[in-house]
Amino acid sequence: MGGTILSLALTLLGLLLVTFIIGRVMPVDPVLKVVGDRATQAQYDAAYQAMGLDQPLYIQFVRYLSDVLSGDFGRSISTGQLVVDDIRRVFPATVELATLGTLIGVLVGVPLGVIAAARRGGWIDQVARVVALIGYSMPIFWLGLMGLLIFYGILGWVGGPGRQGIIYDGMVPDVTGMILIDSLLARDWAAFRDAFSHIILPASLLGYYSLAYISRMTRSFMLEQLSAEYITTARVKGLPERKVIWRHAFRNIAIPLVTVIALSFGSLLEGSVLTEIIFSWPGLGQYITKALLAGDMNAVLGGTIVIGVCFVTLNLLSDLLYRVLDPRST
Amino acid sequence: MRHLLTPRAILLASALAIAPAAYAETPADTLVVAHAIDDIISLDPAQTFEFAGNDVNNNTYSRLVEFDPMDLDAGFQPSLAESWEVSDDGMSITFRIRDGVTFHSGNPVRAEDAAWSLQRAVKLDQTPSFILTQFGFTPENVDEKITFDDSSLTLHLDQPYAPSFVLNCLTAKVASVVDKELVMANAEGDDYGHAWLNTNEAGSGPYTLAGWRPNEAVQLTAYEDYFGGAPEMKRVIVRNIPESSAQRLLLEQGDIDVARSLSPTDVEGVSGADGVKIQDEPRGRMMYMGLNQKNELLSNPAMIEAMKYLVNYEGIAGTLLKGTFVPHQSFLPKGYLGALDDMPYSYDPEKAKQILTDAGITSGEITTNVRDLREYVDVAQALQASMAEVGITLNIQQMTGAQVLDAYRAREVPIFIGEWGPDYADPNTNAATFAYNPDNSDEAKATGLLAWRNAYAVPEAMGQATVAATLEQDTAKRADMYVELQKQYQAEAPLIPMFQRIEATGLRDNVENWNSGRAVTSAMYWQVTKGE
Repeated sequence: MGGTILSLALTLLGLLLVTFIIGRVMPVDPVLKVVGDRATQAQYDAAYQAMGLDQPLYIQFVRYLSDVLSGDFGRSISTGQLVVDDIRRVFPATVELATLGTLIGVLVGVPLGVIAAARRGGWIDQVARVVALIGYSMPIFWLGLMGLLIFYGILGWVGGPGRQGIIYDGMVPDVTGMILIDSLLARDWAAFRDAFSHIILPASLLGYYSLAYISRMTRSFMLEQLSAEYITTARVKGLPERKVIWRHAFRNIAIPLVTVIALSFGSLLEGSVLTEIIFSWPGLGQYITKALLAGDMNAVLGGTIVIGVCFVTLNLLSDLLYRVLDPRST
Repeated sequence: MRHLLTPRAILLASALAIAPAAYAETPADTLVVAHAIDDIISLDPAQTFEFAGNDVNNNTYSRLVEFDPMDLDAGFQPSLAESWEVSDDGMSITFRIRDGVTFHSGNPVRAEDAAWSLQRAVKLDQTPSFILTQFGFTPENVDEKITFDDSSLTLHLDQPYAPSFVLNCLTAKVASVVDKELVMANAEGDDYGHAWLNTNEAGSGPYTLAGWRPNEAVQLTAYEDYFGGAPEMKRVIVRNIPESSAQRLLLEQGDIDVARSLSPTDVEGVSGADGVKIQDEPRGRMMYMGLNQKNELLSNPAMIEAMKYLVNYEGIAGTLLKGTFVPHQSFLPKGYLGALDDMPYSYDPEKAKQILTDAGITSGEITTNVRDLREYVDVAQALQASMAEVGITLNIQQMTGAQVLDAYRAREVPIFIGEWGPDYADPNTNAATFAYNPDNSDEAKATGLLAWRNAYAVPEAMGQATVAATLEQDTAKRADMYVELQKQYQAEAPLIPMFQRIEATGLRDNVENWNSGRAVTSAMYWQVTKGE
């Protein structure tokens, strides 16, 4: 366990170093973002020094690392706020969206994959294949815009871009930063319904992408199990097909499936940039992208650390789940 | 009852469960604006210099003099200063401060606060401070140069500047009056409360800041004791929605009242929609072309003249820029004192060719950098085509905005195509950057001057005329001086103003008196009303 943690720490350090170097060689001048196009040379130089950019690269990096270790992620130049505060504000929005997306992906994708495998070649299998194919190949921004146009613009079934309707903005006390949960805690049903109507479309979109992946993986895991000998034995013994599939085969694919789901969740955390932009969802993906374009390295590095820690934690968790689900692996 | 649970019924039921939350109009006393507000990095008026931040400060702070949103053409009007008097020698201006005005904190607005605010901005020396320091104030002398007593404040200038110049500059956001007591109570070290004011507000304007979440939203609440009368809109919410298509949907659905970043396509699309209207306003931004005088070919007067005939003004504005810009050929945007409306140049490649042949130029090649934004690349390509007609090859290298800006500030862009927005409401703002460059050497590093960036050694007489116009006491005469200056500039300068920005704002039908600030100032909310 100690070894695992050390290697994870080294992974994070490597990630930071690479991000740092990419940020510094990027052809963007962060000083101009701070002082603006109209600044005099003297004002420019003063800001350049204040940001520590006159120091050699390795000193900048060492300084940054020691600040991070003491919990100081610095100030973002594109928002003017402490990076820690920024992330505390934007991360829950992303977690909320990614969690609901993954939940939809799992609840639809897993049964779809199982049934597709059990009825191999049947119409459900064909449907699952088409669904996955579209999920893989359709550009997400196009689907997002179409979804908005149809379900918000024409039908009016869901809320528009943003996390909340305007009249609910700032009305629910901020506890977790996840509005669905906060409004439940406050027992504000109207606010909950409003937040739900805003999240359901982007979450379904993300859910669709993750279900495309999850259902394919479930199907192939399932097919592997169904051709195994113990399944034949069970069938010969006259067990009903339903039991064969769900009791025996499914239990055995639960373990690799956990990893698939964890990975899919992780990629939704970092990869929902386009969705966040289309739906004006003020989350981490949008935050890091904007920071990157502004050469705002404190914000980019802060965001990278959060994503890195998430992946590492998800890996650890799925490791632990393995052990719980499959005692043999310890 | 089984038949009730058909998929169709379930779909319908879930739609009904959600639908009632969708989507009444915005509340009658709330103005909801969609805009791109991700340029705000500080709300301290001594630092704020970008559009969205200026919009906030314009509504939360008051200044000595301000524009009347219902009559921008009237120019600066009394605000916290109820009157002013220029000394006989023109070297000082004394303002009488309005009585009985209070800050949002409840503190009275005193002459001391106003003086301190200006001194503070000079001492903090952030980017917009030059708007004040051009009157001879420095961090060292400003305490003596700006004086006050119980009811008045006096600016002691280093030159007898045109009063209209000084007063126009005082409408800039950097001249906002802040609440000294409140700010100093929150100061850290000797930062004059800068860190605190980055995210807080200490003004006496029509709105108070209820909240700012970066990249997300700004919320304002009406200040009931505002000396100009409480605004009708009790809340203003500005949401960061940069996507034009999303803004359009929200506007059509009535979830927002104002959409400020609609693309030309969406403006067209929304025009026919029920309950929506479009308001066009000429803004201050100019699109211009800069010919770098370090380039041998581009510094030839014949080439400079020919280029002015190679721009397809009407065609580009109509087809490529789709009405977001209109042709405008002088450096002062329409709406400024002394702005020149003449458009002596039109697209005429034959004439350009003649001019070049007469000067012995029949071929040439130029490689330039262009920002990788659709509209700039389009304009550059149009230019490329018309230059080819006179035998000159233009090679275009696309770069990011930051890269081009770096190169431009290092005087390394041969033909620059870009935009310039005025910094304050006086004609000197553009005159001083387009037509003034006292030291054209590389060492001068006058990166703030557009003339310097293009290595344009402004003729001495023109530079003097620019300065003289800031000193003319008679406003009508002053306007004439700018007209003359622009005519001369138009004829000979290698910086070629081409277009002025038109901003199309999408409004719900019932929104009245919306004002984005036209060419001279920022958005104003306190005059906005919503009818039935």
